[in-house]
Amino acid sequence: MTTLPQSTEKKLGLVIDLDTCVGCHACVISCKEWNTSNYGAPLSDMDAYGAEPVGTFLNRVHTFEVKQENKPAQVTHFPKSCLHCEDAPCVTVCPTGASYKRVEDGIVLVNESDCIGCGLCAWSCPYGAREMDAAEGVMKKCTLCVDRIYNENIPEEDRVPSCVRTCPAGARHFGDFADPESNVSILTAERGGMELMPEQGTKPVNRYLPPRPKTDIEQIDILAPLLTRQPEETGGFLGWLDRTLEKL
Amino acid sequence: MHPAPSVIIFTALSGLGFGMMVFLGLGFLDVSGWVAFVFVAVAYALSGGGLLSSLFHLGHPERFVKALRQWRSSWLSREGILSIVTMAVFGIYAVMWIFTDVRNPALGSLAAALAVVTIYSTSMIYAQMKSVPRWHSPMTSVLYLLYGFAGGALLTAQVTLAGWLMLALAVVQVVTWVQGDGAFAKTGSDMGTATGLGFLGKVRLLEKPHSGTNYLMSEMIHVIGRKHIMKLRIIALTLGSLIPAVLLLALPSGHVLGLVVIMIHLVGLFAQRWLFFAEAEHVVGLYYGQR
Ligand code: SF4
Ligand code: SF4
Ligand code: SF4
Repeated sequence: MTTLPQSTEKKLGLVIDLDTCVGCHACVISCKEWNTSNYGAPLSDMDAYGAEPVGTFLNRVHTFEVKQENKPAQVTHFPKSCLHCEDAPCVTVCPTGASYKRVEDGIVLVNESDCIGCGLCAWSCPYGAREMDAAEGVMKKCTLCVDRIYNENIPEEDRVPSCVRTCPAGARHFGDFADPESNVSILTAERGGMELMPEQGTKPVNRYLPPRPKTDIEQIDILAPLLTRQPEETGGFLGWLDRTLEKL
Repeated sequence: MHPAPSVIIFTALSGLGFGMMVFLGLGFLDVSGWVAFVFVAVAYALSGGGLLSSLFHLGHPERFVKALRQWRSSWLSREGILSIVTMAVFGIYAVMWIFTDVRNPALGSLAAALAVVTIYSTSMIYAQMKSVPRWHSPMTSVLYLLYGFAGGALLTAQVTLAGWLMLALAVVQVVTWVQGDGAFAKTGSDMGTATGLGFLGKVRLLEKPHSGTNYLMSEMIHVIGRKHIMKLRIIALTLGSLIPAVLLLALPSGHVLGLVVIMIHLVGLFAQRWLFFAEAEHVVGLYYGQR
């Protein structure tokens, strides 16, 4: 069914902390690794060792620079995957019903055996969160690692999305936004979690924690004390005289 | 958006074919027997050929029947169903017309109405895309319908009517371009809202997520060829509607002139459809510092 559920029991999603992300792309790689070898068709690469490699990824990290007039620029790394929107246009445009939002937890998924590869859902997503796989001809997108989070065959600490588990900076958090006491709800409330392009009316579930404005922080030069030049020592009689007179 | 040939051919030809069904269904064109058969065949070749071409756009064309299931929410699904129903109803009408020389007005009007709704549903596949501000407008539907009507009138030899429809089309086309040029800015979306970083200052892309390209960029960020847009607009406007309008309204009609006008209109129509995709900017371009 490509009509959207009225409401979902849970609203599972991610909080991505733009203040902590160091732009290492580890989540990109761990996402690809997990998702190419588990649920659904693999994430293919075309011309992988050639001149123009192209591949399917469910999570990508952009890097932006923000600048105010007469101030130094601030760099922000920006991971982007599906935001599991509440009002997901990618679900309603799908002619086959392959693209759907789950009632139980709000995860937006693609049933690949029904997908005709028309690409309409990718067109309708403002965030660029869906990519057609060139080898399989079906639509791929972030599954919120649905095959990990409920997976009883893996250790409990691994039952979170692969990108969250792998992030060395702890910049990605997974939880239920429908529960006001959850880690993600608390983080969003405390740090002013942002929606991306709210004007598109998609009501994204994922939230982004804004980076602190670093250019307004008073600059402390921690090397300064070490770099101030000491007067040179003079040797011989004059040096002795200088040091003795200094002590008086 | 990437101007894929399969989709350009699909929208252009099916619009013409269903446009013809509108006029044939409404009882225009006083012919019968073999001549009627030829017109009916052209209408089917155009609408069917267009639909067939759209299948080439799919990753899994063999599953296309599944696309008829989600008419409750999906315009693409509705378009598929409506095309089939229209072609079926028009088929019964056409068989009666060709073999018994009876043009059943009820059946014909029904086919004509269905054809109108089919063209409308094609237009809504694009007009519903909020992520593509240039398309997200009722003008998209008005434009698709008028191209269908004007082309349909032309192909069913309604000379004067086609002339006036072509004139109307020229006006609507210009209005659509003017409105479309300001559509992106009107959404309020920019790199600041796309990243949420607007509050910190002016945002620019420092590094792409990858060194090469990807599906999103080749499908939705089409910047090549945009530099010829003005020239192509002039071609689309003059050949697509203005010159046909003048020729149809000013010159005495005849078979040769009709064929010439059809050829001119087709060139203009394809230029217009190429532009329709190539000019349309997707908001995802904001994440790549491009539009
Ligand atoms: S981010 Fe895009 S793909 Fe994901 S739910 Fe929202 S609209 Fe759909
Ligand atoms: S590409 Fe597949 S999932 Fe997306 S709209 Fe088409 S059929 Fe549905
Ligand atoms: S939740 Fe899973 S599928 Fe989604 S971006 Fe993270 S690793 Fe990839």
